[in-house]
Amino acid sequence: MKQEFTISLFTEDHIGILGQITIILTRRQINIDSLTASESAVKGVHLLTIVVKTTSEMIQKVARQMEKLVDVLKVFTHSSDQIIYQEIALFKISTNSLMSGNIIDHVVRAHHARILEVSPEYIILEKTGNKTEITDLLSQLEPYGVLQFARSGRVAVTKQVKELNSYLKEMDEANRYKPEEMQVVN
Amino acid sequence: MKTEKEIKNTIMKVNGYEHISGAEALLKCLIEEGVDTIFGYPGGAIMPIYDKLMDYESNLLHILTRHEQGAAHAAQAYSMVTGKPGICFATSGPGATNLVTGIANAFLDSVPVVFITAQVISGSIGTDAFQETDIIGVSMPVTKWNCQVKRPQDIPDTIAKAFYIAKSGRPGPVLIDITKDAQIEKLDFKYIKCDYLRSYNPNIILHTKAIESAAIMINHAERPLILAGHGVLLSRAENELKTFAEKTGIPVASTLLGLSAFPSDHRLFAGMLGMHGNYGANILTNEADLIIAIGMRFDDRVTGNLKKYAKNAAIIHIEIDEAEINKNVQVDIEINNDAKEVLRYLTPIVKEKSYEKWIREFRIYDKTEYEKVIKPETKPESGNLKMGEVVNKVSELTKGEAIIVTDVGQNQMYAARYYKYSIPNSFVTSGGMGTMGFGLPAAIGAKIGCPDKQVVTFLGDGGFQMTIQELGTILQYKIPVKIIILDNNFLGMVRQWQDMFFDKRYASTALVNPDFVAIAKGFSIPAKKVSKREELHDSIIEMLGAKGPYLLDIVVEKEGNVFPMIEPGSSVSEIRLTY
Repeated sequence: MKQEFTISLFTEDHIGILGQITIILTRRQINIDSLTASESAVKGVHLLTIVVKTTSEMIQKVARQMEKLVDVLKVFTHSSDQIIYQEIALFKISTNSLMSGNIIDHVVRAHHARILEVSPEYIILEKTGNKTEITDLLSQLEPYGVLQFARSGRVAVTKQVKELNSYLKEMDEANRYKPEEMQVVN
Repeated sequence: MKTEKEIKNTIMKVNGYEHISGAEALLKCLIEEGVDTIFGYPGGAIMPIYDKLMDYESNLLHILTRHEQGAAHAAQAYSMVTGKPGICFATSGPGATNLVTGIANAFLDSVPVVFITAQVISGSIGTDAFQETDIIGVSMPVTKWNCQVKRPQDIPDTIAKAFYIAKSGRPGPVLIDITKDAQIEKLDFKYIKCDYLRSYNPNIILHTKAIESAAIMINHAERPLILAGHGVLLSRAENELKTFAEKTGIPVASTLLGLSAFPSDHRLFAGMLGMHGNYGANILTNEADLIIAIGMRFDDRVTGNLKKYAKNAAIIHIEIDEAEINKNVQVDIEINNDAKEVLRYLTPIVKEKSYEKWIREFRIYDKTEYEKVIKPETKPESGNLKMGEVVNKVSELTKGEAIIVTDVGQNQMYAARYYKYSIPNSFVTSGGMGTMGFGLPAAIGAKIGCPDKQVVTFLGDGGFQMTIQELGTILQYKIPVKIIILDNNFLGMVRQWQDMFFDKRYASTALVNPDFVAIAKGFSIPAKKVSKREELHDSIIEMLGAKGPYLLDIVVEKEGNVFPMIEPGSSVSEIRLTY
């Protein structure tokens, strides 16, 4: 059965790594629901957060194929209950359409949104939350005419206690291990 | 009075640095890595490298092929027979794209080849300059790693990294794309080999608990079977495999690319697996209670229908590439490590046993296969020559000690089935990709890699014509390869499928061929056409005894089919002996 997974990839900061990762998903016919690239807490390590819908068997297979890439440090896959995640959305709404009554005030309070800017022509609202919360706000604003709407990809941190640094340390120890008679070829 | 620049150069020299061009640095890197042979083809963007190559002729032999694809296949075959990485040069644009089939071929069969392509000057990248192509983007899905170099000072580290990645772990091709300006400009050169990358760990710590559990399973098995793949050869674990099999008494079946890892005449050899493999090895896969898969990836040509594959067996998978474990077949014990390391730990902790009754079952199937397929194929008394008969004769006359290189299709399956391999790495073929045209250039690479061994290549008349221009390479360097065309005027394997699954409608599989003997003579290669049974023996003797290259155009039965066969969608146990 398909479910939503968040893939967190920690990679070296190299050109082309995103291409290599999307090739793996494309070959398995997995659509990317959202994608965010950022720095991680470890200097020089980049974090890609990718949200996909697939089966738990398939997510294991693609995670292993991603981790096999030379420039990928570590791949984690999480179901939604294992992570804390948020998205951010911006709404541009015509000022006129919201002028009648206390609608704007009501909407902002009810959805814990924020007003970023007000001008005679438009109002900019910001909403942080999960996908459903943002979609709810969008549907409530739609009757008033949404001029622009943009939503970010997912950002996520894990609930688990073990952090990337300790994984990196373990990997480093493994990496320095050499079998007695090194080398496979030549 | 010395200038500031001269003083700086002197200081660098004292510290072990040389002030040289990027092109020269590249060649020095290769020499440091133990390279002595390069296959390639020049062109505009790579000219600075080729120019420098003239100064290093005593260290680096360059084989000029007739097409970049030929250079790629030759480099791969060179690696397969020597165990050293193959090296291949090509220019930008079409030179680079012509490599792609060869790169993909090496990628699917896990062969370490370092591809060096040239690129237009760094300032022109992205402008659609003459002979500019994004080879980094194009080769990304078919390389283990690739990288573009735009500054000369990045050449040594990138080449060091390329060799480390290509050779270690599950080996594979890498591609380095070097801009023309980076080849021309100078750098302060010093070479340090790479043996550590933070994000890449090919040396996995041995997970002994899993191996100990595997040993318990092995000790309790009643009908165990070893499946040996290319990984055994790549990790040079042939002796470890033999010791393990002999101690445990477990029969060994081989994948196509695993052939020659275990001697074909060994009493424990169970034959080849897969679509055209042996009768017993396939049927008994589904009777086994334990499968020990070593360095193989359960390719669909090996497993047939996955839903009906090895359902009675527990599976132990010894595999260096973690992504291959549980990819096609769900396994019971995964041992993610190098085959040699694992077998070294495993063999001392398993019990000595023998499985005479179980092995007799293989021999019964062998007997049936011999009577129904092998005997009529290798010892026909009338009719046209048969492919199996030719391969069998070559096997006898070379005592199983030649390096056999194949093309793809029926010729490949007959060469795999009827040659008795006795020496590791003596079978060179295109497995995962199934690249027609592989055979002739691969034979060149194999012979350059092993000049003291007899190299015989079996080609179909179709595949031969895909890379026939490499006869020019054989002429130029007087490469003494022995070429056998199994000539049936058909694209035989496709015709066999048309025969079996498309109502005998032979769509575009019949070939009108040129006079191959005359063509060979045009390249100064002695050649002979053979169509009679009584000529076969002497003709092969003459070919094998020839000092230089030699071509035999052997006319075989037009519509011969390879059997046994597991039809697509069928289970391994549904393998058929006839049609």
